[in-house]
Amino acid sequence: MAAERSIALRIRRQDGPESAPYWQGFRIPWKPQHNVLSALMEVRTNPVTTEGARVPAPAWEMSCLEEVCGSCAMVVNGRPAMGCTALVDKLTQPITLEPLAKFPVVRDLIVDRSRMFEALKRVRAWIPIDGTYDLGPGPRMAPDLQQQRYALDRCITCGLCLEVCPQVRQSGGFIGASAVGQALLMNLHPTGALNRDERLDALMGPGGIADCGNAQNCVEVCPKEIPLTDAIAEVGRQTTGKWFRDLLRR
Amino acid sequence: MGDAPRVIVVGGGLAGLMTTIRLAEAGMPVDLFSVVPVKRSHSVCAQGGINAAVNWKGEGDSPARHFEDTIYGGDFLANQPPVQAMCEAGPGIIFLLDRMGVPFNRTPEGLLDFRRFGGTLYHRTAFAGATTGQQLVYALDEQVRRHEAAGLVRKFEGWELCSVVIDELGRCRGITAMDMRRLEVQGFPASAVMLATGGPGIVFGKSTNSVVNTGSAAALAYQQGALYANGEFIQVHPTAIPGPDKLRLISESIRGEGGRMWVPRDGRPWYFLEEWYPAYGNLVPRDIATRAIFKVVFELGLGVDGQPMVYLDVSHLDAATLRRRVGGVLEIYEKFMGDDPTKVPMKIFPGMHYSMGGLWVDYEQMTNVPGLFASGECDYQFHGANRLGANSLLSCLYSGQIAGPAMARFAKCAPAEGAALCEREAKRQAEQYARVTRMDGPENAYQLAREMGGLMTENATVIRYNKKLQETDDRLRELKDRWGRIGISDRGRLANHEVSFVRQLWNMLELARVIALGALRRNESRGAHYKPEFPERDDVNFLKTTKARWSSDGPEITYEPVDVHLIKPRPRKYDVATATPAGSGGR
Repeated sequence: MAAERSIALRIRRQDGPESAPYWQGFRIPWKPQHNVLSALMEVRTNPVTTEGARVPAPAWEMSCLEEVCGSCAMVVNGRPAMGCTALVDKLTQPITLEPLAKFPVVRDLIVDRSRMFEALKRVRAWIPIDGTYDLGPGPRMAPDLQQQRYALDRCITCGLCLEVCPQVRQSGGFIGASAVGQALLMNLHPTGALNRDERLDALMGPGGIADCGNAQNCVEVCPKEIPLTDAIAEVGRQTTGKWFRDLLRR
Repeated sequence: MGDAPRVIVVGGGLAGLMTTIRLAEAGMPVDLFSVVPVKRSHSVCAQGGINAAVNWKGEGDSPARHFEDTIYGGDFLANQPPVQAMCEAGPGIIFLLDRMGVPFNRTPEGLLDFRRFGGTLYHRTAFAGATTGQQLVYALDEQVRRHEAAGLVRKFEGWELCSVVIDELGRCRGITAMDMRRLEVQGFPASAVMLATGGPGIVFGKSTNSVVNTGSAAALAYQQGALYANGEFIQVHPTAIPGPDKLRLISESIRGEGGRMWVPRDGRPWYFLEEWYPAYGNLVPRDIATRAIFKVVFELGLGVDGQPMVYLDVSHLDAATLRRRVGGVLEIYEKFMGDDPTKVPMKIFPGMHYSMGGLWVDYEQMTNVPGLFASGECDYQFHGANRLGANSLLSCLYSGQIAGPAMARFAKCAPAEGAALCEREAKRQAEQYARVTRMDGPENAYQLAREMGGLMTENATVIRYNKKLQETDDRLRELKDRWGRIGISDRGRLANHEVSFVRQLWNMLELARVIALGALRRNESRGAHYKPEFPERDDVNFLKTTKARWSSDGPEITYEPVDVHLIKPRPRKYDVATATPAGSGGR
C-alpha cells in the first residue's frame, strides 16, 4: 500500500455558457467517508492542479449534502448521479466529474435546470386551496393512497430522469418524467382531482405524455426510487380517458 | 416604481414561503429572493414532523399543554404570549397543510397520524414519513408557484442579499441583492422587508445544516443596526452521523418510534437515558440527551469501541413499520454508512443543529428597524433556551403566518418611493464587491472558515468555560484580521462562489462573536447553555433576553426581562413528570 493514499479527480470545466470546455486534474489526500462533494470542498481549500498550476476553484452546486435538496446532480464517472451520495471509496479513480448534458452549462459543473420548475407551472402542480384561513381538516385518505402519494412527493427536482431520457433534448422535447409524476401526485389528491383535466390538457400537447418513448431509464436512475414509469402509465391512462370524454362531448 | 406598495421576502424556506403566500393572499405583490431555488431550501432537511395538539389519540392533549411543554422545554427563556399563540394556532396550521396536499401519514381510519417526540408525553407530532420538512416545503412551494403563475409573486432565485437599505430616519426601505450568476448588484425598493434566511450552522463548520446556512443575511442586518437576541443559545442535536463534510441528522422520530440509546457496559447494553430519566426516557429534550451522551463518552469513558459514539437502536422494531414511518432517515444512514439500521444499531454522536437565538423581533415579527421583519430560525421568538423537536416547522409557519398580514398592514402606511436610495446603496455595494474580488493575500477563505468552525464547535457548543470563551473571542478577532489578508483564487465573472463566500465569512465572524460573547457573559446554566462553573439556572440575574447591538468595537450586550406572566418559572427536570398546564388539572 502506498504511503500516502490519495484521491484523484478529473473535472470537465467551462468558464461560461459560450466557452469551450477543458479538463483539469486534482489530487487530495484520502480520508475515510469522502463523497464527491466533500472531495470538491477539499480541492477548493487549495485549488492547485496535478500539474501544479494554481487555478480558480471549480464551481458546482450543493446545499443539503444528504440527497434531499436536489442541487448536486452531475455526471460521475460517466453516470448521472447525485454528488453527495457518490461515495469516493466506491468509485474508480481518477473520478471524472462532468456537468449534466441535457441542461445548458452556466459554469463548470453548474447547469441551468429552470426548465424543470417551468414544467411544474405548465402542469399546474398545485392544489388550488381557497385560502390559508382555518377551514378545518382536509379530506380523509386511505393509508395506501397516502403511501402512493408520498412516494411521488419525494421528487427532489434533481434532473437525473431528464438527463437519461432519450426523448428529452436541451431545448424542447419531452417534458420529462418528474413533471408527469408531479401531475399524478396532484391528480391523486381528492381536492387536486377536482381540476385533474387542466393538468391532463397540459400533458396532451407537444412535449407531453405521448412523447415518452418508454426507454425506462428514468426509473432506473431516480435516486429517490420514485415509480416514474408507473406514474407515466397511469397519467397515460388518464389522458386517454380524457381524450375519449372530449370526443364524446363534441 | 409605481405607487402600489411592493414588499420583499428574503429566504424561500418554510417561513419565507408562508410569509409570501399570506402577502399574496392579501393582494400584495411580493419579490421573493433566495440564494437557491426555493424548493432546495434547508427546510427540506427537517425530518421528524410538526407539532400540533389536536388530541387525536385521546390522551387529553391540548394547546395549553403544548404551550406548557414548550415553555418548560425552553427553560422559561421565551416570552410567553407569542408561544401561547403559536401553540393555539398549531392545529389550524396542520389542517391547512393537509388541505394543501401534504402526504401526512394516516391512521387506518384515514385521519392524520401523530407520534411522540422529545420533551412531551403526548402523541403530538404529525409527520410525512421522516421527510416532513421536504413535504412541507413542496406544498408551500406549489402554492407560491400558483401565485407566481398568477403574476403576484416575482421570484429571484440565485440572488444573494447584499444589504438592507435604511434611510436617514432608520427605516428599512428595500434591499440590495446580487445575481449570483451574473454578479450584478441591484437595488430593490420595498415598503417592508422580511428576512427569513434561516440559521447560522456553518458558523460551526460542520453541523446538521445545509451549506447555505451561513447566517450571513441576519448578520448583515445586525451590522446595520438590527438587534440580535439570545445568540448564545445553540442546540446540539444528540443524534447525528459524523462525516468529513457535515454531521447528518438522525431524527428524534427514531426514538419517538421506540428507538433506544445505549452503550455496552460490563458486556451488556446500558440504556443510560432510560435509567437516568425514567419519566421521559429516550425522549428527554435535546440538550439533556446531548449532555448525557457527553457524560457517558467523556466522563465515564463508555463510548462504543472507545470512540466518541453511542448506539441508537431500532433493530428490535418491525422493519416494515419503520420503513413506512421513518424510511427517509434509515435511507440516509444506509447510503452514507452502508449498514441497515433495522438489523444493526446505528452509531451516532451529537452535532450542532439549530440556533434558538436570532434577530430580535416584536410580537408581530418586526425587528427594531421599522419595516424590517424576521421569521423562522433567523428570529429568536419561540424556543427560549432550548427548542423542542418538531416545534421548528411550527414556528416557521406560524411566524410567517402572522408576519405576512403584519407586513401588509405596515406597507400600506409606509413611504413607497425609495428607488434613489436603493440605487445609491447598490452602487456602494458593487464597489465593495469589486474590492473583494481584488483581494490577493496569502490566506484561503475556506481554510479560515474551517478554523472558525473548529473553534466554535470546541468552545461554544455543549460545555462552556469562561476562559475558553474569552480565548475564542480573541481568536475570532485574529481571524477577522486574517480575513483582510485573504487572496481570491477565482477572478471569474460568472457564478463566482468564492467571492460570495469571502463576504459571508466576514458576516459569520461577526455572528460568531455575538455567540461567544453572549455565552461568556451569561454566568448560569439554562437549557442548551451549560457552564460547569455555573451549573444552576440563575433567574435573579439571567431570566433575561440577551440583546446584542453591533458596534465597531464588537457586540454591545444588554438584557431585557422575559414576559413570564402566564406560567411561573420552576426548576426544570425530566426524571419525573412535573408538567401541569396553568389553569387545568393534572393528567
